[in-house]
Amino acid sequence: MMDFFAMGGYAFYVWGSYGMTALVVIVEIGALIGRRKAALEEARLSGPEDAAVAITGRGAG
Amino acid sequence: MAFNWFRYASPATFYSVAGRLAPWFAWSAAALAAIGVYLGLFIAPTDFQQGDAYRIIFIHVPAAWMSMFLYVVMAFWSALALGFNTRLSAMMAQAIAPTGALMTAIALFTGSLWGRPTWGTYWAWDARMTSELILLFLYLGIIALRNAIEEPRRADRACAVLALTGVINVPIIYYSVKWWNTLHQGSSVSLTAAPTMAAIMLTGMLIMSFAAWFYAIAVVLVRVRAIMLERERGAAWVSDLQEVRAA
Repeated sequence: MMDFFAMGGYAFYVWGSYGMTALVVIVEIGALIGRRKAALEEARLSGPEDAAVAITGRGAG
Repeated sequence: MAFNWFRYASPATFYSVAGRLAPWFAWSAAALAAIGVYLGLFIAPTDFQQGDAYRIIFIHVPAAWMSMFLYVVMAFWSALALGFNTRLSAMMAQAIAPTGALMTAIALFTGSLWGRPTWGTYWAWDARMTSELILLFLYLGIIALRNAIEEPRRADRACAVLALTGVINVPIIYYSVKWWNTLHQGSSVSLTAAPTMAAIMLTGMLIMSFAAWFYAIAVVLVRVRAIMLERERGAAWVSDLQEVRAA
């Protein structure tokens, strides 16, 4: 088992590569989940009424 | 009546299609990555020249392939966006850029960690490495350009022009190991010659490449959906979405 983690003396390089890649994937997925949440929230706040306000200058009530 | 391809060019339709496809690609990517990592770290034998350092190949090569491939796909959507002025094509190009940049960063980072034990250096201004670094700058430049222009349709056109100009760099990266005497080795895998690596190593690398492909597709589909919500909010089709109405 220790042999496996030692990677024949190249542990830093091998685990550094796999670890950094795993980190990048996790961060990208996390950022995407956050982006979708924020986009949905924004979409809820600005319904079609707001679009009407922007175009005609009067609210839909 | 002929099948209407343009139906899928409508953001409203594509939004739901992408939403149904993304989980399939995500789970396929996870399964393939699990198999690929298992083959790469547990099954593939230690290399007689490089020892266990070569195991970086299972990450490095798929990431480097994806970095170039994603750029070409991004340029393709950019060309469609410029030629046909289609909103969806521009949004696809916008959705690909961050994942392309991350794949390029992974390729550079793992390459650096592989170079140190095998060549004795983390970095050299070699043709392959330098052109790959330029690819990273192109991706970052395209992302920064979009953020610098407030009007989305104008940003679409500017980014498309930059993406298409930068596509010249892709064949330069690909052929750099042939055109110049580089520190970086030549291609390990060729379509025209017999493979020079052990079958198990090749299998692991190809499985990891498919994992990277499916991962990129899943992530881009999820991102393009978020971009659609951001850019089309206020449009009737967005307000009518189940997930937008249910507060």
